Amino acid sequence: MKKEKHTVHPYIPNSVPAVKSQMLKEVGAKSVEDFFEDVPEKLRLKKDMNLPKPFLSEYSLKKHVEAILSRNKTCQEYLNFLGAGCWQHYVPAVCDEVNQRGEFLTAYAGEPYDDHGRWQALFECASMMGELLNMDVVNVPTYDWLQAAATSIRMASRITNRREAFVSRTISADKLSKIRDYCKPETSIKILDYDSESGQVDLNLLKDKISSKTAAVYFENPSYLGSIEIHGDEISEIAHNHGALSIVGVDPISLGILAPPIEYGADIVCGDLQPFGMHMQFGGGHAGFIATRDEEKYVMEYPSRLFGIAPTSVEGEYGFGDVAYERTSFAVREECKEFIGTAAALWGITAGVYLALMGPQGIQEIGENIMQRSHYAMLQLSKIKGVKCPVFRSTHFKEFVVNFDDTGKTVAEINNALLKHKIFGGKDLTKEFPELGNSALYCVTEIHTKNDIGRLVDSLKEAVK
Amino acid sequence: MKDITKKRYTDGKPKLRRFHQARWDEPVIFELSREGERGILLPEVEDEVKDAVGDVLSTIPEVMRRKKPPKLPELCQSRVLRHYVRLSQETLGTDFNIDVGQGTCTMKYSPKVNEQLARMPQITEIHPLQDEETVQGILEVMYKFEQFLKEISGLYQFSVQPAAGSQGIYANASIIRAYHEARGEADQRREMITTIFSHPSDAACAKTAGFKVITLYPDEDGYPDLEALKAAVSERTAGLMITNPEDTGIFNPKIVEFVQVIHEAGGLCSYDEANANGILGITNAGKAGFDLCHFNLHKTFSSPHGCGGPAVGAIGVTKELAKFLPVPVIEFDGSKYHLNYDRPESIGKIRAFYGVAPVVLKAYAWTMSLGAKGLKEVAEIAVLNNNYLLTKLLKIRGISAPYAKGKRRIEQVRYSLEKLTRDTGVHSEEFGLRAADFGVHYWTSHHPWVVPEPCTLEPTESYSKADLDEYIEIMRRVSNEAYSNPELVKTAPHNSTIHKIDTTPFDDPSQWAMTWRAYRKKVAKEK
Repeated sequence: MKKEKHTVHPYIPNSVPAVKSQMLKEVGAKSVEDFFEDVPEKLRLKKDMNLPKPFLSEYSLKKHVEAILSRNKTCQEYLNFLGAGCWQHYVPAVCDEVNQRGEFLTAYAGEPYDDHGRWQALFECASMMGELLNMDVVNVPTYDWLQAAATSIRMASRITNRREAFVSRTISADKLSKIRDYCKPETSIKILDYDSESGQVDLNLLKDKISSKTAAVYFENPSYLGSIEIHGDEISEIAHNHGALSIVGVDPISLGILAPPIEYGADIVCGDLQPFGMHMQFGGGHAGFIATRDEEKYVMEYPSRLFGIAPTSVEGEYGFGDVAYERTSFAVREECKEFIGTAAALWGITAGVYLALMGPQGIQEIGENIMQRSHYAMLQLSKIKGVKCPVFRSTHFKEFVVNFDDTGKTVAEINNALLKHKIFGGKDLTKEFPELGNSALYCVTEIHTKNDIGRLVDSLKEAVK
Repeated sequence: MKDITKKRYTDGKPKLRRFHQARWDEPVIFELSREGERGILLPEVEDEVKDAVGDVLSTIPEVMRRKKPPKLPELCQSRVLRHYVRLSQETLGTDFNIDVGQGTCTMKYSPKVNEQLARMPQITEIHPLQDEETVQGILEVMYKFEQFLKEISGLYQFSVQPAAGSQGIYANASIIRAYHEARGEADQRREMITTIFSHPSDAACAKTAGFKVITLYPDEDGYPDLEALKAAVSERTAGLMITNPEDTGIFNPKIVEFVQVIHEAGGLCSYDEANANGILGITNAGKAGFDLCHFNLHKTFSSPHGCGGPAVGAIGVTKELAKFLPVPVIEFDGSKYHLNYDRPESIGKIRAFYGVAPVVLKAYAWTMSLGAKGLKEVAEIAVLNNNYLLTKLLKIRGISAPYAKGKRRIEQVRYSLEKLTRDTGVHSEEFGLRAADFGVHYWTSHHPWVVPEPCTLEPTESYSKADLDEYIEIMRRVSNEAYSNPELVKTAPHNSTIHKIDTTPFDDPSQWAMTWRAYRKKVAKEK
């Protein structure tokens, strides 16, 4: 029988036969089988696993993967108006340059000495977010806004020692699903309906329902459906009057022009860093933040890592480290508040780069820029016969609901027609918000030019005909 | 000319590297701010657009308008870049160190070609809500990778949605909760069992999902204790969440019995495969009868760790539990890939959209570069490397490997420096900071320290014998220093970016500062 040729794999240096046998000899083993003596025979896999034949050469591997990925159509080739929690903003080149550096890309959990740069970069991200939010404590990022919102609600439950929270209905169905699953052991979730005219929280309903059992009221600004909530201070006041906390979820890219939620009474603020320098990546670019005031009763309820600044033994030198580490599950296992682990640090570093590039002027300008373009888009879309845009009487930031009831077409039909024009139309809301009829959520950002919007309008005119 | 090669400071032969980490004394970014500088400009809004919409900011009700601009730093673009490149240089990435010191983290080589692929616009520039027809490529990658995991684990169906190992463990705890709810036993089955040498997240995620946690301690030889398990199970048992091999590197030879005991009590068994690197192709969760498992794609499957994410904790379950997996699940009808949300018994969403697609892509590419034989070789060489390191390190004064005397270990070893500490007064943590002076990581262990003065090392398949020999030489050197000049070790690091941190502010609410603004207020007393 012909002996199979052994290939030394580039990722496995000690598979060189001579090295392998020398090492076996040095450890006194006959073969690698010796190392698995504790694995009972009946548990051993007797055959090779049934996996595809590998591409051993880097070239053929690359060709193989590229061929699969070529079946994706990108938002560079197509004109994209989808948002709904993942937004197409411009990613400055420096953001990519920093997050592809091997030092950051491949570091993990080193000490505040050997990984000093990682600690400083994440402290700075929290610090810049702190300026944007006017809040003194910001966590090392968690997975995404879904997680950040769910954790914020559980934090509020622990802080108030209450087990019920109101959540505005104008959040995404996905986020509500996450909140319901994650909060189950600690907080029961009640839905707060919205005012059908404005798309904002129904204050009267809140006044009726809130009680001394309420831990928190969670709402978003701008809402998932795009309305800017103008009664933030009243919502917070109602919450506070009942001993509950006000939790606000924000799209942070709006905060150059919109008031930071602490100004209208928010106790906990959360959101997603994805707009700050992360490509969409099919939803892979998310990182959630949570922010509060610097009060012990708040700080001690974070499950997250919190990086703090401290002196070192050398004058004039900054050091960083974990604040109140004993809170975390790394330190105390099940005695923790909630679990902590690997999350989205690289995106936190990147968001810091983004904010440093934007500065106070850039962050203000991008807010205005987005509003100008989205308002222009709303204006143009509203001129199309049968199209109602925006659906809500309210000020919008970058997203808005478009209704097609009077066109006699479904959103799916319209989006299919747009696809033929190489346009990704807005997110179909018919399942999530059936009361809105044939409506879609459109997103316009700083990347959409007048011509892009013109193309959408022309294509829509044809689609609704 | 003298022969320079004879006295090089390279790999311990004859001398260790004269490493010194970058020290830029880089200010906190706010200190670099210069009024008026700009890092990037925005695409200009066309006049027609501006004219059509007028003063949009005035449409924002007064109460909702930002009054004062945020105090972000103002920097030119090159200064931002320089700052972050310097900070990166002050970060010890796996790309340039012999990263066997971060045990349990599986710090293997992350192939550059996979990073290139993950940064193609065909993945970075796709929106998760695009029409399915336009994302068939990435859905194929995710679907096929889930098929690989089925084969590797022996379980029935996978979801790559959880965004890291801990979130995967949490999702599995949530599925266990849903299973007992569906059987009407949720109120009764409130206890989750784990072992002390399983990752803290097995305990912490179970607690987060609402369970009471029972932690088993090992028998005298360091093996998970079957008798202790038998004493712990009851009609209140919801399940078992454990690592195997455990963080000690010891494989539980009675794992089948463990699973049986839990099953007989009506519970489910969830396998934390954080340490799967040493058992790929050797054994799997299905063989031992597990109901659920999770893999860390950023560990076992080579995706880079990113300073702590983005990551993926792929979860797998049996056929009976498949209906509880998070939505959507990816399906294939023979010609098209499809996202199915119509799963009424699902636990719902765990993470936004479908998880971290670029990480799945890197794991897919890595698996496709190795195949079945390659994966098994990964395990075999990782284990060989670990046992080689073990053999050599045990010859170093003051280092021992408690438990399972004379036995082999799988993927890593939890060592103890107890003797060294007793002899010299040098603690494991201090030992590690001195090791860092030679350009490597060294990790003690999660708490509680059941093994006294612990140190957990995991060499993976990525490092050559020469690499391991260099790491061993560093350990030997630091041990020698501890015995000959303990003060040198206790005052380390000496070659690091910074010196010994005064950690007192971190636990003092009047001093701790988690943002620059808090620091300026509390310490610099600025208004």
